[in-house]
Amino acid sequence: MSSVLVNAPRSARRGDVIEIKTLILHPMESGFRAGANGTLIPRDIIERFTCAYNGVEVFRLALSPAIAANPFIAFSTVATETGTLVLRWTGDNGFAVEETLSIAVE
Amino acid sequence: MNRRQRSAASRTAVAALAAAVAVTVTVALAQTPPGTTGDARRSGYHDMGPALRAMQDDDSANPAMLWVRDGEALWNRRLGAAAKACADCHGSAASMAGVAARYPAFDAQLGRPVSLEERINLCRTDRQKAEALAGGSRELLALSAYVALQSRGRPIAPPDDERLRSYVAAGEALFKRRLGQLNLSCAQCHDDNGGRRLGGALIPQAHPTAYPIYRLEWQGLGSLKRRLRGCLVGVRAEPFADDAPEYVSLELFLMRRARGMTLEAPGVRP
Amino acid sequence: MKGAMTSPPDRPPPTRRIFLVRATQAAGVLAMGASGVAMSPAAPASATPDSLQAAIRTVVGSAPLRDGKVTLDLPPLAENGNSVPLTVSVDSPMTPTDHVRAIHVFNEKNPQPHVMSAVLGPRAGRAQISVRIKLNDSQKVVAIAETSAGDFWTASADIVVTLAACVEEPS
Repeated sequence: MSSVLVNAPRSARRGDVIEIKTLILHPMESGFRAGANGTLIPRDIIERFTCAYNGVEVFRLALSPAIAANPFIAFSTVATETGTLVLRWTGDNGFAVEETLSIAVE
Repeated sequence: MNRRQRSAASRTAVAALAAAVAVTVTVALAQTPPGTTGDARRSGYHDMGPALRAMQDDDSANPAMLWVRDGEALWNRRLGAAAKACADCHGSAASMAGVAARYPAFDAQLGRPVSLEERINLCRTDRQKAEALAGGSRELLALSAYVALQSRGRPIAPPDDERLRSYVAAGEALFKRRLGQLNLSCAQCHDDNGGRRLGGALIPQAHPTAYPIYRLEWQGLGSLKRRLRGCLVGVRAEPFADDAPEYVSLELFLMRRARGMTLEAPGVRP
Repeated sequence: MKGAMTSPPDRPPPTRRIFLVRATQAAGVLAMGASGVAMSPAAPASATPDSLQAAIRTVVGSAPLRDGKVTLDLPPLAENGNSVPLTVSVDSPMTPTDHVRAIHVFNEKNPQPHVMSAVLGPRAGRAQISVRIKLNDSQKVVAIAETSAGDFWTASADIVVTLAACVEEPS
């Protein structure tokens, strides 16, 4: 099942600043909360988000447990050339999700 | 905290909450509706700050849309012994426009009203020949959010169905019945004190305009049934069993109480 | 009433139960604005203004931290601390020679002071990022921008985090 929602323009003019808005399903369990039996629930967070534009990283975010569950991340990049944007979320317990967007630049 | 301390603290908390409620109720003044003329009913949406309203309004920022997207995939997925998808019978989900605005509805075969979630499960078991989805499961929430979205912007329009009358009456009676250790009815909070504050939190008028909702307290999507269960725990009552008829009766009454209000599902609430 | 709005720095953040007791002691429950969001009884001591400063120093080093250029957009009041929208934007031309290299966000009272660090550059086009954060109490949030020239600019905002009054089913 899909667990990622990305909103970004599919086409842009060269030099346009485009906004990319992302949502991903993830509990972002902080590791500071106790469960019903009083013991701490182990930390389970997304630690890193990156965006690579035609293979070149243009944005990176390091997330701490203070980022809310189902993280929303909105950032921008300059439309430089036609190609792909690869968004990648990685974190605890081997969490790794990748989403590829294509963009046409005139 | 050990168990004894915990239960002592819990008793203190009950006492404190009861005291808080008592204060709220005693100083309650006649409620002044916003705008004073016309309809004093108010969706919880209007009680939220601009940041949370913006979160609901923007589909690319509303976390409930994560479930909606899953619901769309499920709508088109063939499954069960019948190898049928929702789309095979209903076509485009646009055919569901208005459905969430009129549910719960009377099911002639079962001889009782069913909620939208139960209707989805009846389709699964009867038409798709598949297992029913668990109440509160991600799939059931996803499908009900996707179906509810098709009615976004429409007025709540419960049917005038003779067969529903006794259930609506039961729901209204339940809404007004005192429950739990705090001995509070739904009406005492949401009719008598809706719009006032209990601690730092605003008491909403409790109109089911946005279900399923993405509730920040839950950090996830949840149904009206989950919200009702939360209220029951809030007044320290034993929640009804998951398949109890009380839930659908309450929902029937709440939908009539909110008749004509705009559906905004899937909503965001604190 | 004002004293009940925030917990004194020398005390741990109130749990929901303690909050309720305090609220009753404060008697005028109706006017109560906010207090701490319930954390677990086993939660470690929260970050403090000192640990916030220490965390900031790990990013800034001994460089001076100047007010300005940074806009921290945070609602003054959060109805629930589980998810508070936050946007940081920095006044910068974002050119190869003059741009923002990183944006950091810290908080004062969560278990850890660090919230997020974004690495960006001229290809961002605009020095702006939006996320949603958890805040376990009313507190100060600090944003810091690091420029290509090696300067650090900062803005901070105070936020009141309200607490649900009704006890809910355990999650």
